[in-house]
Amino acid sequence: MTKTAETTTRRISSIYLMIILVTFVLSISALFYAVDALRSNQNVSAGYFTLIGSIGLALSVYMLLQTQRKPSRVAFEMPQVITTILCQKCGFKNIRDFQRGDYVFKDAEPCPKCNEKMMIASIYREVKEKEKERLG
Amino acid sequence: MVPQVSQFPGEINWVFQLIFTALFVAFVFYGQRIQTYIMLREVESRLLLLKLMRDEGRKMAIETIKEIGKPKEDPIERVDRFLEYITISPQSMDPAGIVWKLEHVLDVQDVRFKDEVKLVAPEADEAQLNNLENTLEAALALNIIYKVIRHFYLLGKKTLSLYIIMQLQMVLPLIMREAEAFASALKAFATGQPIGDGAGALVAAKLMHGHEKRRIAKDIVVATVPLEGRIAHVLKSEGPGGNVGKPGDGIRRIIEETEGKIATIVMVDAALKLEGEKPGDVAEGVGAAIGGPGIDQFKIEESVLKYKIPVNAVIVKEDIGDAVSPMRKEIFDAADTVIQRIKRLILERTKKGDSIIIAGIGNTIGIGQ
Repeated sequence: MTKTAETTTRRISSIYLMIILVTFVLSISALFYAVDALRSNQNVSAGYFTLIGSIGLALSVYMLLQTQRKPSRVAFEMPQVITTILCQKCGFKNIRDFQRGDYVFKDAEPCPKCNEKMMIASIYREVKEKEKERLG
Repeated sequence: MVPQVSQFPGEINWVFQLIFTALFVAFVFYGQRIQTYIMLREVESRLLLLKLMRDEGRKMAIETIKEIGKPKEDPIERVDRFLEYITISPQSMDPAGIVWKLEHVLDVQDVRFKDEVKLVAPEADEAQLNNLENTLEAALALNIIYKVIRHFYLLGKKTLSLYIIMQLQMVLPLIMREAEAFASALKAFATGQPIGDGAGALVAAKLMHGHEKRRIAKDIVVATVPLEGRIAHVLKSEGPGGNVGKPGDGIRRIIEETEGKIATIVMVDAALKLEGEKPGDVAEGVGAAIGGPGIDQFKIEESVLKYKIPVNAVIVKEDIGDAVSPMRKEIFDAADTVIQRIKRLILERTKKGDSIIIAGIGNTIGIGQ
């Protein structure tokens, strides 16, 4: 089981949202003017409006995405750690989650098969590789 | 309905021209300041994460102390005092003898830490005390990282110096990795799980398991093990509590006991891998494979020089995160590969009946013997 301890909270001010909205509306208007200017064969004005509208639109979308960004997570991940208990005599293996007090070479409960004393043979965590590195 | 552009093209063009000019002028004069604010914002968000890590580390340390140590008084005040602990390194203007001065300071620190932990956790046994000490040290490291980064952040904010903030922003990804490593170490230390740094101790434990052990130096045990017809003095720090011991003293004592009749020394330790290398890869070389402040490495090098004993190193590669977090399967499995390498090495470089030293270096938390 993996759990994450805490997340950071982010407050978005209403003024910031208002700026985004105004920029967005003005950018859309500028793009409409650009289309209109193009229809009226005012190519220079159309160019200006397109440029301003595109920049404004990109800016407002970027600002909006920034507010929607997932809250950052603290790396307090508790990975699953496995304890393997092994019977030296018959080779019986018991794999379970790590418990406080476990350590490698600690004597464990008797073997359910041959009743010989078992021993903790390994304690480790398994990591799933996220992606294969091309240059690895 | 959108008004026709032809109705007021001149005014609009004029307005946009003005905006462009204003923006240009603003960027010429305030571009650096805008960049500074963007960087400050980025540093601030990372600083917030570091603060959360620090707080969580403190909380975890307090909870573990309460759970294991069963203190009679509330340990919060003592833990908070511990988190502000400082160690002043010795003066190095005249470097002669600095190793012994540093060793003394670290010994005093170790005793002080152990005493503090005993006071807050009277019910804890020896292994648990060591684990609690390691937990508190990880929480202390997180506190220091947070406070240093906060210092430079506030300094940058106060002076609005792009160069202070830029340096901080550039180095932060590496510092965050280190902080994340300490954060994952906390859980391992609190519960006593083996960590990646214990790769060397694990190899030694596997070799000495089932043989008689004796304590040879502070927190160091040794066992005499027959290996491929040679007499191997296998040593490691005493587990299963979190402990690195003084392997330098252990090796020196064995060399003195055998009057320098040691054919070779093999040191096994975890070492930081380069990006692109796989965790658990094993590499060989020569020299004293041991980290830390350098005291033990110095002692080992002094001892082997006296008798001209060759020192071989076998390392298990891992990154900083793996070194202090619960041991990965690849690293655990590497212990068997290391044993095979040691066997091959002693077959090639020593004769039958020779005495050798095999030193498993590293924190032995969660590893018995």
